[in-house]
Amino acid sequence: MILPYALMFATGCFCLALLMNLWSVIMSSGVPDRILALDTMVINFIAILVLFGIIEGTAIFFEVSILIAMVGFISTVAYARFMLRGNIIE
Amino acid sequence: MELWQEIIVAAFLVIAGVFGFVGSYGLIKLPDPMTRLHGPTKTTTLGVGGVLIASMIYFVFADAKFSFHELMITLFLFLTAPITAHFIAKANLHTSVKRADVSPTGSDRPWAGFESDEDRRIAETKGTIGE
Repeated sequence: MILPYALMFATGCFCLALLMNLWSVIMSSGVPDRILALDTMVINFIAILVLFGIIEGTAIFFEVSILIAMVGFISTVAYARFMLRGNIIE
Repeated sequence: MELWQEIIVAAFLVIAGVFGFVGSYGLIKLPDPMTRLHGPTKTTTLGVGGVLIASMIYFVFADAKFSFHELMITLFLFLTAPITAHFIAKANLHTSVKRADVSPTGSDRPWAGFESDEDRRIAETKGTIGE
């Protein structure tokens, strides 16, 4: 009864959060801020995927979430390391 | 599902949604880069954790089976969030803070984000670091 409304609320919150992250990627100054906003976008997108899995009632989105979490972590670390050292694999 | 089960899942979902929203709002609102690091790394991780706990409880109640996928995602996110925060903080230090402004380290080597190859070579010839 109340579960669809709670799902709608949570999905709306995370969609607004994604839009704010996009704003922050475009408008913020400095590369580390943009890296941080991209990392937050990945985390919010994982939350939206899990919510979509609850709505659909399938468990297939968890594998997608794990893959996206790994790719997001690796890319964030690679960006930050490139900022620090000038190359990624020394 | 019965009503009390739906109430538990809905409470976790609402708390998670509020946390995710506040974390991303803090990314815009907070004044300087080092404080902006707080919003996503703690609050948004907590929001995702709430969604994953809600999903776990939902599949226990709806399908009567326990799934470990959510626990894996939670473990991975909670392990990697401090690492990414540490890397981004180091990149911030490297780009926006001057070497003379940071507090002293208490040894003759500088902080890791500021150590140049020259410093490292000097430390290696002195023998202060191994190998």
